[in-house]
Amino acid sequence: MYEQIAANRRNTVLLILGSMVFAGGIGFLISYLLFGNGYVGLIVFLLLSGARAFYSYRYGDRIVLRQSRARPVSHEEEPRLHNIVEGLVVGAGTPKPAVYVVPESAPNAFATGRDPAHASIAVTQGLLDQMDRVELEGVIAHELSHVRDHDILVGTIVATLVGTVVLLAEFMLRWMFWGGGFGGRGRDREGGGEGFAILAILGVVLAIIAIVAAPIIQLAMSRRREYLADAQGAMLTRYPPGLASALRKIAADTTPMRVANNATGHLWLNQPSRVHGEENHWWENLFSTHPPIQDRIRILEQM
Amino acid sequence: MLALWVVLGIVALALLYGVLVYNRLVRLRIRVENAWSQIDVQLRRRYDLIPNLVESVKGYAEHERELFEDVAKARSQAQSAAGVQAQAEAENQVTRTLNRLLAVAENYPDLKASQNFLALQEELTGTESRIAYARQFYNDQVAKLNTLVQSFPSRIVAGMGRFEPREFFEIEEPARGPVSVQF
Repeated sequence: MYEQIAANRRNTVLLILGSMVFAGGIGFLISYLLFGNGYVGLIVFLLLSGARAFYSYRYGDRIVLRQSRARPVSHEEEPRLHNIVEGLVVGAGTPKPAVYVVPESAPNAFATGRDPAHASIAVTQGLLDQMDRVELEGVIAHELSHVRDHDILVGTIVATLVGTVVLLAEFMLRWMFWGGGFGGRGRDREGGGEGFAILAILGVVLAIIAIVAAPIIQLAMSRRREYLADAQGAMLTRYPPGLASALRKIAADTTPMRVANNATGHLWLNQPSRVHGEENHWWENLFSTHPPIQDRIRILEQM
Repeated sequence: MLALWVVLGIVALALLYGVLVYNRLVRLRIRVENAWSQIDVQLRRRYDLIPNLVESVKGYAEHERELFEDVAKARSQAQSAAGVQAQAEAENQVTRTLNRLLAVAENYPDLKASQNFLALQEELTGTESRIAYARQFYNDQVAKLNTLVQSFPSRIVAGMGRFEPREFFEIEEPARGPVSVQF
């Protein structure tokens, strides 16, 4: 358990650093090609991503809760749920998050909030109906671990980095194909025109790679964080079979979810759009926010 | 001359290490004390819950007087216990008598079905769970503190600051699966 947590943490940090370097490099290169000055791009890129990240970070939880039609529930309305959450936060030593129920019959759950002091946990009605106490504890422990790890913050940073890179890359491609933007600079240059053309082609290739690769990196990180939350949740409850059993029930349930869409998919316990019970091809796994559910169950059972 | 600088550098590093470790020990000790009082908070919630539970069972099973007395006795002993070991023993006793009380409730279908009793039972389960987690958190913090106090070289700093390793709090955990009670 401890080894997995350490390994997952390390991989996440590497992924974040890698994506920041990659993204910053793209921004620099793009603006160098366009304006002859790389630092403008870097600064614009940093400002843009900073502003977007701040907005998502600060207001993201309210938006997500509203979108999923989550309803706040009191201790009197759902004593079992509240007791479970209260127990787990005592074990974790973090403040108790706000508790919501989503009116969905598919069993699922999510956590949102910028840090443990401003967090919310939501479970679907289906989850409450189908899971017993131990399974519920496993699920909520997983969600609490997302909060404790500041996964929302990490996820937001990566999502906005990716978004800004894709934005800049698309902008550059459009400029090139429609504006012939390099013409002006090319005329001013006395020599080295060939070298410049190669650089331009490199820029285009990088832009295309950025548009494809950035989301892949983001999704790879999302999967890593899911494994990490599984492991940490298991360590909190000291009972991995709880979550394993819950995941098995979720895998067997084929009720589709109405409120979730691709934008919020990464927040849920299990990817809402996945077809359950089928072995996924590697390319499907590459573009998923969550690891295959059978793998998650297997890892939990081996702890 | 160079040798002097090297020695001074080493001394400075050692002092820096000492300060960092000392502060970490202080933080951990405060966390341990905080965790202990958290256990206390949860145990008190259980004490407060017990009279209501006893009353609701009494309404249906008046003749189990000896059992009610046992519960009351265990509860007051736990409230007055001092020290980690004694407290753990007393709390075990409370858990055992409560399990007996719940087992008795099994024999009275009317009691089992009453909303009041069901709500109290849920609260009791929740409280037991919170106590277990508070104990887990306390033990986790104690483990971290003890590791630092006993490892080398931080034990040197711990010795100088008079940090002592703490005891773990061992109580019987309510079962996570179906409970089978023996008398």
